[in-house]
Amino acid sequence: MQFFGSAEISPSPPVPTTSGNNAHMMYVFNRNGVCLLYREWNRPLRTLNAQQDHKLMFGLLFSLKSLTAKMDPTSAERGNLGVPQLPGQGCSFHSFRTNTYKLSFMESPSGLKLILITHPRTGDLRQSLKYIYNLYVEYVVKNPLYTPGAPIRCELFNTSLDQYVRSIA
Amino acid sequence: MAPVGPRSGDAIFANVERVNAELFTLTYGATVRQLLTDLEEVEEVNKQLDQMGYNMGIRLIDEFLAKSNVSRCVDFKETAEVTAKVTNPELWAAVAKVVTASELSFRPDNASVQVGFKMFLGVTASVTNWDVDGTCCSIILEDNPLVDFVELPDTCQGLYYCNILSGVIRGALEMVSMKTEVTWIRDVLRGDDAYELQVKLVKQLPEEYPYKDDE
Repeated sequence: MQFFGSAEISPSPPVPTTSGNNAHMMYVFNRNGVCLLYREWNRPLRTLNAQQDHKLMFGLLFSLKSLTAKMDPTSAERGNLGVPQLPGQGCSFHSFRTNTYKLSFMESPSGLKLILITHPRTGDLRQSLKYIYNLYVEYVVKNPLYTPGAPIRCELFNTSLDQYVRSIA
Repeated sequence: MAPVGPRSGDAIFANVERVNAELFTLTYGATVRQLLTDLEEVEEVNKQLDQMGYNMGIRLIDEFLAKSNVSRCVDFKETAEVTAKVTNPELWAAVAKVVTASELSFRPDNASVQVGFKMFLGVTASVTNWDVDGTCCSIILEDNPLVDFVELPDTCQGLYYCNILSGVIRGALEMVSMKTEVTWIRDVLRGDDAYELQVKLVKQLPEEYPYKDDE
């Protein structure tokens, strides 16, 4: 199992494939914080280097998940903030929106995190993220040349992902 | 939009690509035969089969989770709390999400293994023998496509022919944060009347923040 901190990071910097794509960026992380995939379609401003960017994104989501679970008014337990949780426990947030972008998030029970950043008027992307999870299973998990825990370098996955994201309204 | 519930094993089995059963059985048999020739020691072969199963399990979990519409554990926890007959609904909920080789039902009231085994092997299996803590259970397979046409010779009496299944269960469960030990209790090839696997939860591994170094 790989921890973030190895020299290998996902292909960077990726050339934006087509302008006019609906989504801005996509991240895929595994449960250990390794960034398996970073796709960029439309990102005008880049402030951090790639590694810091990935760390920041993962840390943000990790904390957000923990925070949303602890603040859940309907849940009975009262654990302390920062106590590690099992994936699947507690409520799960699925998106947040600012005035310039919307971030949609999905975590599978196996710890795989899918993050899609789109323009702010995007609707609910949970079904889309599920579809992308299925794409991941078909093209990456079933690929015998892919080592679990390593960054994804499957052209077929990238192509079908680009195609699908272009079709998201 | 209304959340889609988990799909039944039959429904998924009908939709995935399938391979000829005999081809599957004979391929598995050839694999075991080759391992025996290469490694010679029955214990080594058992370990290697388990390791192969583990590597399969860590991948199969994602396919299982994707195809069976599992969303969040908390749904099953609630289901389990309502219908559970076991004392540890959390384990039941977590185990109920488990993958491939050993599937535990999404409807704990049925107490039957449905989705996973059905989805990948097309067999019906059942979950029984929960112990008092709810950390240990048995999975009983009614039929087993891996062992068609197979007889163990005297030289291989210590061999667990289907050990790949225990590896798959262990690998899959580990990817959903549960460390388990899976052992064979009964094995038809050794003279018993059914296939029984014991799944014992060793511990649950909560998610930890992986970056140990400073920012």
